[in-house]
Amino acid sequence: MNRTFDRRDFLKLGGAAAALAAAGCATTTQSKGRVVVVGGGFGGATAAKYIRLWDPAIDVVMVERANIFTSCPLSNLVLGGSKTMEDIRHNYDGLRKYGVQIVFDEALALDTAKRTVKLERGGDLTYDRLIVAPGIDFMFDQIAGYDAAMKSGRVLHGWKAGAQTIGLRKQLQQMKDGGVYVLSVPLAPYRCPPGPYERACQVASYFKMAKPRSKVLILDANPDVTSKGPLFKKAWAELYKGMIEFRGNAKAIGVDPKTNTVKLEVEDVKGDVLNVVPPQRAGDLAVKAGLITANNRWCGVDWRSMESTAVKGVHVLGDATLSAPLMPKSASMANQHAKICASAVVAMLNGRSPNPEPKIANTCYSYVSDKEAIHVASVHTWNDKDKTLTTVPGAGGVSSARNALEGAYAWAWAMNIWQDALG
Amino acid sequence: MRIAIICAAALALTPAVAWTQDQSAGRDLAASCAMCHGTNGRGAVGYEPLAGMAQQDLVRKVTEFRSGAKPATVMHQIAKGYTDQQIRLIADYFATQKR
Repeated sequence: MNRTFDRRDFLKLGGAAAALAAAGCATTTQSKGRVVVVGGGFGGATAAKYIRLWDPAIDVVMVERANIFTSCPLSNLVLGGSKTMEDIRHNYDGLRKYGVQIVFDEALALDTAKRTVKLERGGDLTYDRLIVAPGIDFMFDQIAGYDAAMKSGRVLHGWKAGAQTIGLRKQLQQMKDGGVYVLSVPLAPYRCPPGPYERACQVASYFKMAKPRSKVLILDANPDVTSKGPLFKKAWAELYKGMIEFRGNAKAIGVDPKTNTVKLEVEDVKGDVLNVVPPQRAGDLAVKAGLITANNRWCGVDWRSMESTAVKGVHVLGDATLSAPLMPKSASMANQHAKICASAVVAMLNGRSPNPEPKIANTCYSYVSDKEAIHVASVHTWNDKDKTLTTVPGAGGVSSARNALEGAYAWAWAMNIWQDALG
Repeated sequence: MRIAIICAAALALTPAVAWTQDQSAGRDLAASCAMCHGTNGRGAVGYEPLAGMAQQDLVRKVTEFRSGAKPATVMHQIAKGYTDQQIRLIADYFATQKR
């Protein structure tokens, strides 16, 4: 059962921590240090669990603002109606089995000199090593009128699973048959490269069943489909003939909810449901903590430890990182970043050097209908010449064709990565 | 086996110890498999459990995925990213995990 961790609970935790510290050498299992993880998404939760799994003598405190986990992967199926919010929501109780202390609170600021995280309700948390997994936040100012349009509920992104997923589903249900759903895609890099095209499939799948005269219009700032292009285009042509229109080089620069318009550089486009996904950057906390190193957007890391190139003792995971070459911003990758990081943190707190040659694999599934899926896979290995992770030549690839077997694997993948991250 | 352990211990005393001799090397490589096959190769739905699989069986399967002898949806593409030595390290790790 889930409940919010309130101030009294936190003080109790603080009291327990203080009591442990006072006991000091009297305890037989003295802690090797405290790691604070800020953010309980695919990256943060996995890191918290794996540090405890690999060295139970390290204290791990995970700070997360939401007391329930909502998965972005599979959230497009909620928009299409073949899955529900309940299917993609999970509680954090499993992490407690591993001894992860969970604090439901908002991390407001970091003091990397004093090694403290300032919480909204719970005071300051001290750490020996800090892991920041803040996900993404949006650059709303890049699209004129966005902020007001979103706050009025008229224009949504649905690019963080949660309230906006529910809101967007409602708009699709309320849309008249014969209406146009507009999906605006930002320039890469953004969270989940194949996500927009999977979303187009899921919305078209719903329209095909419930409102067959309706259309999906993709306005993509990129010149072409950025991931699994031929497979998506084949699915659009064969499963949703005449329903999905793709326009490349169509960057949204403004929205006007009064006229139901997305403004592009050269024209205005009208629609009935406006799903405009703004450009993204590392989450707000990364900005406040001075962890951004590239284009005012992303956090540079040493890929052997995930340690920030800007601030020593702080590790950054997931979509917030300045991606290594050909590395997608995906849940799979965040889960793998977390394991590189957990291994490095455990090594460092035991006085050893981190793994000098990490190697990780990525598999991203996309559903093109409610049953069939396609994948893209890659293997990323430490490249000592380039000092980053690069893809192994000859490895990886995409599905030969969409198929129901991978549809079953895709659902099992979700179940298994939720379990791997959340306990 | 005992000789291998003694060698690893001796190497650990020298700073230039090869990472592949470190007991964490197999664990770290195997951790990649967990997002589909379950933490430590256990408890996953819909994917083959890897925990407790005999070392030679796992090496054979992955090698056959890599060569194309064993058909797959994705494992033939993943397996091509790993050397014989890395596959052995992964298989060693899973072989020691409880089913």
